[in-house]
Amino acid sequence: MSTTEMDAYYDSTLDSVDVAEEKVNHIAVHMGFPEEDVFRLGMAVREAMVNAVVHGNRYSANKKVHFKVSRHPRQIEVRITDEGAGFTPEEHPDPLSEDNILRQSGRGVMLIRAFVDEFVVQPARPAGTEVILRKSLPAAPGTGV
Amino acid sequence: MSVTINSRQVGDVTVLDCAGRITLGEGSSALRDGIRDLVGKGNKKILLNLAEISYIDSSGIGELVSSFTTVSNSGGALKLLNLTKRVQDLLQITKLYTVFEVLDDEAAALRSFA
Repeated sequence: MSTTEMDAYYDSTLDSVDVAEEKVNHIAVHMGFPEEDVFRLGMAVREAMVNAVVHGNRYSANKKVHFKVSRHPRQIEVRITDEGAGFTPEEHPDPLSEDNILRQSGRGVMLIRAFVDEFVVQPARPAGTEVILRKSLPAAPGTGV
Repeated sequence: MSVTINSRQVGDVTVLDCAGRITLGEGSSALRDGIRDLVGKGNKKILLNLAEISYIDSSGIGELVSSFTTVSNSGGALKLLNLTKRVQDLLQITKLYTVFEVLDDEAAALRSFA
């Protein structure tokens, strides 16, 4: 069973990135995530929001970013949807390759994958891209859960 | 909160004491402008003191890389000092620890430019 903690449409601005990160940090703290996990989740959300605002919606005043946070019993789920042209991670240059290591950009998706447990990229309807970030609470000590 | 950058000269090395957040927007722009200004004035030995940098996103990392490239291409050297654990982890994840020279002692860092 899940609870929708927030469901909002943000303008395609860098201020929205800050707001989204702050909101998800707040929810994660209340869910009991340890400090380092809160930081990593917040950073992953920031990177995903930047992608939506900058690369998806291209800062367009006519396009919104849909931001939805759901709380599952032991997991937080963040869905971020833009109205852009679409994105295929497989076509994204590998930032760790020797040819790309000194590139100025292109590390956002890699950081997201490093900081959350699940990262899904899928087309949105009628257009754009939806990314889903999921992070689970660490197992309680001694429970094996 | 964005980033504040204070510059001081120790011999022929320029130390930039950075504090705050280096993220897309003001923070990353401030770093870029600061480095370009120094290189434009002929400063070729630059030490970025990141002890007070609490947060850096992928754009901020990109600016570090860009700064490194700019300084290197001008015949100089840019090194990093006093990284927090979080920033160290980011450089490890992005494999940039193999690119930058990272030090945790200012005196040793300054000597390393000799």
